[in-house]
Formats: sequence, structure tokens, C-alpha cells
Amino acid sequence: MAISIDEVDRIAKLSRLTFNDQEKTKLQGELSSILTYVDQLKEVEGSGELSLADNPDGSNLMRNDVVEVLADPEEFLAQAPDRQGNFIKVKSVL
Amino acid sequence: MDFTDLTIKSASDLLARKKISAKELAQMSLDRIKAVDQDVHAFLYVGAQKAMEAAVHADEVIAEGENFALTGIPFAAKDNILIKGVQATAASKILENYKATYDATIIRKLNQQSPVLMGKTNLDEFAMGSSTENSAFGPSKNPYDLSRVPGGSSGGSAAAVASGQVLFALGTDTGGSVRQPAAFCGIVGLKPTYGRCSRYGLISLGSSLDQIGVLSKTVGDAAMVLQQMAGQDDYDSTTLPKLVPDYTKFLKEDLKGWRVGIPKEYLIDGIDPEVMTVFNNVVKKVQELGATVSEVSLPHSSYALACYYIILPVEISANLSRFDGIRYGLSVPGKNLEEVYYNTRSQGFGPEPKRRIMIGTHASSAGYADAYYKKARHVQALIRKDFTDAFQNFDLLLTPTTPTPAFKFGEKSDPLSMYLADVFTVGLNIAGVPGISIPAGVTKAGLPVGVQLVAAHFAEEKLFLGAHALEQALNLKLKPNL
Repeated sequence: MAISIDEVDRIAKLSRLTFNDQEKTKLQGELSSILTYVDQLKEVEGSGELSLADNPDGSNLMRNDVVEVLADPEEFLAQAPDRQGNFIKVKSVL
Repeated sequence: MDFTDLTIKSASDLLARKKISAKELAQMSLDRIKAVDQDVHAFLYVGAQKAMEAAVHADEVIAEGENFALTGIPFAAKDNILIKGVQATAASKILENYKATYDATIIRKLNQQSPVLMGKTNLDEFAMGSSTENSAFGPSKNPYDLSRVPGGSSGGSAAAVASGQVLFALGTDTGGSVRQPAAFCGIVGLKPTYGRCSRYGLISLGSSLDQIGVLSKTVGDAAMVLQQMAGQDDYDSTTLPKLVPDYTKFLKEDLKGWRVGIPKEYLIDGIDPEVMTVFNNVVKKVQELGATVSEVSLPHSSYALACYYIILPVEISANLSRFDGIRYGLSVPGKNLEEVYYNTRSQGFGPEPKRRIMIGTHASSAGYADAYYKKARHVQALIRKDFTDAFQNFDLLLTPTTPTPAFKFGEKSDPLSMYLADVFTVGLNIAGVPGISIPAGVTKAGLPVGVQLVAAHFAEEKLFLGAHALEQALNLKLKPNL
């Protein structure tokens, strides 16, 4: 399936990525050829009816919901680009 | 003694008999890294001081007589596996200055035996690729021919083991990323069953496909490492509570009574004639070892790669959404929050992650998810059934690992032709079954060629038995001229 430049713009916005015009044209070609390749899946009948459970009996494996200290919070916070006390500081949303 | 000739088993014997110390082994590894890695570029980080500290600790453990198979063994880990206090870049600019804050479960488990970490190895950015050409920090080279790729994405790990810099390395395999570089570099590469080893502490690529695997010089060495890595983990709910057998007990010398299947759909046009020659020779060897070899059909095989290039990008687009410049990693300023996202992601990600985020976002977006993602999951179930049906009648399946030997840098410039390098390996990840690539021969130009053995879910012991018997029968002595 070929996709348009408008579609490239739509997907880039959803992906939070920016591209210049040259990159967009290149992506349009590459994405179109990959999407054309995967289109062969349409030859297979059916969609989503078969089970894909990894556990043979189909049950989920859970652990008890217990608080554990896996690392010093300071080590995590130290990686943040900007912080205020024990909070990560972010730019205003609007 | 030549360090490059050592295996885990032989080094472990020498350590136990006090013929060598872990400190001496670590120094030999560092010397070898210094001698060859400026050419090979297997490592993104070498931790000489930490390695010597770990070696001193290993020597203490040995002195107390509490040593195991991996005690004091120099190894490397792919740079997308978290080790507390050590960089984990995933070969991406977006994580260039990131240091892990905790150990991956498999690292914690390996550390119970006190191996010696030498450093972190190169990969395609976020493990997306088949050549390490997508690394943001430059490619690794194939030790057998420096003008060729080592394969990928665990190309640094494969090159490090093949060039004798470490005795084993950890890689990750989402579509062939351990087995394909192992084949290109003439070593053993194991991808365990999905759910056999914990993925906790691995930087996720495709969460439903990823497994951490082993790159080693011998099948027996791979068995020893898996022995320590395998098992259920509370921090990864996809690991199953299945017994871990003693894998090293399954190493025999013959395959009498075994049924080996060759998937007819895999022997397609486009396989390099020299790869076919090696493969046919292996089929003969398997028969000589006492196995019956016959054709088997995996009817949906031709859809595996297309299925993979929907499921994987969809999972990538979700997994990589966490890299937004807020909590860790690269952060590029902007006027508002949204601009921080755009600027950070656009500058931090390389071309391949961007391409795959775009495909995955499209294939999972409103109006397209049914046509692409749901359809791909349906085909995935059919592919898995192909394999489980085949294992009703066969102990092992046998295929070439790759359609060609290692290719030259820049040879596969369009994304789709690069994706086809994984055509024989992706099916296993889609089905969740384990596989191992072992060296099977060389081309006239001296490039290694691998074959892949495949077993049913959680039947790694069969892989080891088959691969070990074949390894002994082939008796190849591959070593690059470095």
C-alpha cells in the first residue's frame, strides 16, 4: 500500500517526530515499500480468532502486590534532566 | 597458553586446578581487547578497573572452594542489558549518558557464580538491524574479514567472542539477533524459548518476541550459561514456572533414533550456493550420526517476515514512547512540553528507530489496527501451530541460519533487503520456540557459514544434544586471523 505525504505527516505527529521535506519523501517511499510487502498477510483468511496464550493453561502469572525497595530513589532522580526536590520538573503543557 | 583458544570449560578447569588465576584471565582479556578491538570495535565500553575488582573477588571465591562453572570467566554483555552503575546506551544517542540504576535479573543470576564482566558490546540502535551499521557509535567489524559486517543486532557480542576477547557474551534475539551474528562470525548462538529467561532489565524492543541469548565458542559453553540464566522470575510475568533441567547432562555423541525435519519452505531460491553446499554436508552428517532426516512442511513460513514487520514495529512504537526527554536520557529543550518531546525524539533517535516507530504507529493507529495488527497476530498463531504440529513428528528441525555469509558494509542499503537477512530466524521468535546456530563450514573466501537447529517450546536440552553431536562430528577448528 502506497502512502501519501499527508499520511506521513499524520503518523509523524502521532509519533512525536519531526522530519524535513527531503526526509519525508524518503520515508514515503520506504514506508510504502514495507507496507506493500506486509500486505501479503491479507492472503491469509481470518483475524484474531486464535489463542496466543504463552502459558499452556491460559492463566496469567501474578506476583503479590508488595512494595519493595529496588534502588535508592535518589539514583533514579539523579538521571532526570531537571528536578525540584523529589519531583521531576517539566515544561508547562500549554 | 593462548587466551584466544580458551573456552568456558577449559578456563574453568584451569581455574579449579589453580593453573591460572581469575586476575590473570581478566588481564589476558584486557590485553586481547587492547590488541584487536581498535580494528574490530566490538565494545562500546570496557571497564578495566571493575573487571579487575571482580576478578579479585572471583579468586577469593575459588580459594574458598566455592567456585562454579562461570566463576572468574571473562564475559561481555550487549549494551541494552542493564548492569547497575554501568552505561546502557542501546547504541542510541538518546541514551548516550544513561547509567543503569539496577541489575537485570539474568545479570543478578550470573553474578551468583562470580563471572568477570569486561564491558558492554555494540549493537544496532535499540537492537534494530542485522549488521551493527545502525549503531549510533559506528559499526563493529567481522573478525574474519574487516570489510564485512559481523551481523546484528548482537554483532558486538559475536565479534568479541569470535575474536577471542572474551569467553562468552550475552546478546538479545528478537528476530535472529543472536543466531545471525553467531553464524556470520563462526560461533555458537543460542536463543532460548520465549519465557525461559527473564527479560527484566533488558531495554525492550519487541516485548512479545525478545529473549536474552548466549554467544559462545562451543555448544557445551552455551549450555553452562543457560543453566545459570534460565528460570522463572517474579519480575517478568512471561517467564513460566518450568523446571530447568541439567542441560550439560544431555551432551551426547550420536543421534540414534532421532527424527530431524527439514522445512521445505525454507529451501527457497536466493540461498547462496556455498551456504547450500555446507547445509547439504550437515544433512549428511546428521544421517551419519544415526538420525532419520525427512522433509517437513511449515505452511505459513512465507508469512513470518511480514508478520514480524507488523508485530515488532507496533511494539517498538509503544516501547520507545518512554524516551521523551523527561525522566532520563537525552533531553532537548523546547518552548513547551510537547516541543521537548519532538526535539528530544527527533534528535535522539537514528533513522531506523524512526522508521520503525512510524510503521508501528501507523499499523496500530485508529482505522488500521484491525487490518494490520490483529491480522498479524492471527498469522502468528498459525505460524506457531505449524511448529507445534511439526514437533509431534520430529525432535529437531534443521535449516541454514542465514541465506548468505556475512555481507559487505553498505551492501544492503534499502531497509527491506536488510530485513530479508533474518528470513530463516524470525519464524522462531514469532512461534516462541528455541533455536541454536552453530558453525557448519566456511566459504571459499574463508567466511563462516552456520546452520540452525530448532526444538519445541522448552526443549533446549534437545537443541544442546543435537548441536553438540553435530559440533563433534563436524570438528571444525575455526579461528580468525587477527
